[in-house]
Amino acid sequence: MPVLAGLAAACVFLVVGCLSSSIFAQQTVAGLAQGVIFSSLALSLVLIYRATEVINFAQGEMAMATTYVAYQLTLWGVTYWLAFFLTLGIAFVLGVVVQLAVIRPIQHSVIAVVIVTIGLFILIDGVVSWIWGADLKFMPAPFGKTTYHVGAVTVARQDIGTLIVSILSVFLLWMLFKFTRLGLAMRAAALRPASAALVGIRVNWMLAIGWGLAAVLGAVAGLMTEPAQFVLQPTMMQAILLYAFAAAVLGGLESPAGAVVGGLALGVFLNLVGQYVGFATSELRLPIAFAVLLGVLLLKPTGIFGHKKVRRV
Amino acid sequence: MAALLELRNVSARYGPVRALHGVSLSVEEGQIVAVLGANGAGKTTTLRAVSGTVRRDGELRFAGKALGGSGPETVARLGIAHVPEGRGTFAELTVWENLRLGAINRRGKLDDDFARVLDYFPWLEDRKHQQAGTLSGGEQQMLALARAFMQRPRLLLLDEPSLGLAPILVTEIFRIIKELNEHEGLTVLVVEQNAHIALQLAQVAYVLEVGRVALSGPSAELQEHESVRRSYLGY
Amino acid sequence: MKLRVPTGLPAAAIVAVVLALLPFTLSGYHQGLASEVAIYFIAILGLNILTGYTGQISIGHGAFMAIGGYTTVVMSHDHHTNLLLTLPLAFAVAFVCGVLVGIPALRFSGVYLALATFALAVSVPQLTLKFSKFLGGSNGLQASTTVSHTWLYATSWSCAAILFAVAWLLLGGRTGRAFRAVRDSEVAAVSTGISLPIYKVLAFGVSAAFAGVAGSLFVIHTNGFAQPNEFGVILSLQILIGAAVAGLGSLWGVLVGALFVGLLPNLSTSVPVIGSSHGQDVVFGLIVIGVMLLLPNGIAGLLARVARLRART
Repeated sequence: MPVLAGLAAACVFLVVGCLSSSIFAQQTVAGLAQGVIFSSLALSLVLIYRATEVINFAQGEMAMATTYVAYQLTLWGVTYWLAFFLTLGIAFVLGVVVQLAVIRPIQHSVIAVVIVTIGLFILIDGVVSWIWGADLKFMPAPFGKTTYHVGAVTVARQDIGTLIVSILSVFLLWMLFKFTRLGLAMRAAALRPASAALVGIRVNWMLAIGWGLAAVLGAVAGLMTEPAQFVLQPTMMQAILLYAFAAAVLGGLESPAGAVVGGLALGVFLNLVGQYVGFATSELRLPIAFAVLLGVLLLKPTGIFGHKKVRRV
Repeated sequence: MAALLELRNVSARYGPVRALHGVSLSVEEGQIVAVLGANGAGKTTTLRAVSGTVRRDGELRFAGKALGGSGPETVARLGIAHVPEGRGTFAELTVWENLRLGAINRRGKLDDDFARVLDYFPWLEDRKHQQAGTLSGGEQQMLALARAFMQRPRLLLLDEPSLGLAPILVTEIFRIIKELNEHEGLTVLVVEQNAHIALQLAQVAYVLEVGRVALSGPSAELQEHESVRRSYLGY
Repeated sequence: MKLRVPTGLPAAAIVAVVLALLPFTLSGYHQGLASEVAIYFIAILGLNILTGYTGQISIGHGAFMAIGGYTTVVMSHDHHTNLLLTLPLAFAVAFVCGVLVGIPALRFSGVYLALATFALAVSVPQLTLKFSKFLGGSNGLQASTTVSHTWLYATSWSCAAILFAVAWLLLGGRTGRAFRAVRDSEVAAVSTGISLPIYKVLAFGVSAAFAGVAGSLFVIHTNGFAQPNEFGVILSLQILIGAAVAGLGSLWGVLVGALFVGLLPNLSTSVPVIGSSHGQDVVFGLIVIGVMLLLPNGIAGLLARVARLRART
């Protein structure tokens, strides 16, 4: 398959590059660590899009809000990792509640959902700023600040930790969908809601749970972004959301694997381009990501792993 | 004793278009009842009315309980399995996953259920991991039937099981339906355009015309009926 | 559903008179606010033509406003063009850009188009930063003349009236019917011989042209200053929200939408508790969500419902 061949070629290119230049390796590793955050948030977007064909513009802000919740928990004396897992639970509930309260009534209309999620974006931003203020906050670093040296390349322990946590959460989610009863029911509800109803699956509940799980993934993304940016502030996920859009489209909006690959690829691509293409200064990072998005939409709208699919009932 | 399924004066519409105008029928437990009629007569809509897939008015009772405004999820949980037009199989999932979905609301070990299904459809064993969409038309129809059986229903709703199938497969499928009815006590309400084979299978039949019941009675009688012979049996 | 001018003609006349007399009673600051409403009115009207009538979602109209705005400023700064003359120029330039965007947009639909135009909205301010040599960078560019509040008020509302008339004529005739046919059923439209691509691209162009004029006026409103930040994503979102609140096919709806988006942020600063900008975000977000849940068809839908109720009694 041409797609896999292309990916394999890209991997070979990266490995060769890393071995030949330590700067290349540095940028690649940093790019992967950044990219895995894009992947987490992109996966949230894909989860929701697969089930309901809507894009949740508030995904990033929901992730940010749950990170602030974790922050608050640590302020109250909860240890970081306990706060981490509590936050995941809270994020799940938040996702379910948002779907039931605000999305379900209007989920038949694409424009309405777009507007509502934008409204949520603004609302959540306001609520978080109102409660905690917009000034910079600091959270304990989950993986410490040590760095390792492999040859001339510096790798932060944080980056490795981020990679492990994110990949682990994606893996667990995959296991849920592939091997559990609930996962099968959710897949069926997303693929063919009418047929799923006929076997007794409560499709609406499946959608709500989908939003809950997406929120959990978003929380992971937020919790891993905070140490990467060193501070906690209300705007922290806004750029990430935009990169996540690009990553999700690149990988294919209906493909979870695509979200993961797309995120990693985008992270590495942006770093390498920024390093080696003189014209591409930091202001152009976001437009370049969007050039990728537009390019994908023009050339292969279904993304790397997507295929043309007729939505069935 | 009250019938297992009872419809009284049921109407249904698709938006502004009325498809059923006061249909009444009843299905006794253990029976096979056929619904016949031309295209557009309302046969499919009748099944949809029972499974709650379309908005309907009128009285519907299943095992004595009113179905009210229940949607398909609720109706399925009550013990009614609907194999719709287009079969309702999940083409993107494997054969095994499709079967598992039949029992999605039951936990625990399903070995017995699978064993029973394989009794009637032994060929499914080898195709467990095959994507359902890659099965042939006849195989998909049988998979749909197998999935419905996994639901352990009291009532089976079948929408045109013979559609698009070669005669030899049609015979096979109807043989299995008859077996399910006789050995498992499964009550069946089957909609068919193929009146000939439907009347051979069913004990009772209803003929729909333009959303109303035009004729009804034991199959043997209907087979002899003048207009039925001319319109639906071809002689 | 045509724009409801015939039935509302007496009311429209009253509004026109009120608008004409208003500047004599308002302070400079309030005249500025009223001009802002006019600017939003024009932009929302433009978006309405695109999304409401041809069903193409755009979250990128801030970009077209930026194009119009920068046209005005560059012409004024570099060539000392009369500000009034820059308006039709902005209209033309934005129209061309709209057509250029509309052509590739033909390939996208629904959510994908939303994402692509979102990409546009995010990229344009970044690009203006990049090309700072011509466009003044993050400090912006200054027009060579400034105007009085009253001048701006008169000009912006005159433009609003003229463009509204243009929209009315366009949508009332054959073009309008073609637009609506495109929205309601592309398949049906094609089968009646309507050339889909031409009308879809035309809608984009016209819609962008309106936004361009709005952008020019916007720049003039902010003291002739064009800055990349002014044209960020927020602006595009505001226009989209305004169009959603307005609903489809009602002049009054567009006015309400413009009032909502133009006034709410400014008014709520004077109300206690929600006085802070964060509180205002919360209110804005809540209202947006509330409006979409309660009035999915916007004000226009509400008016249509009222009209139907009246017709029955």
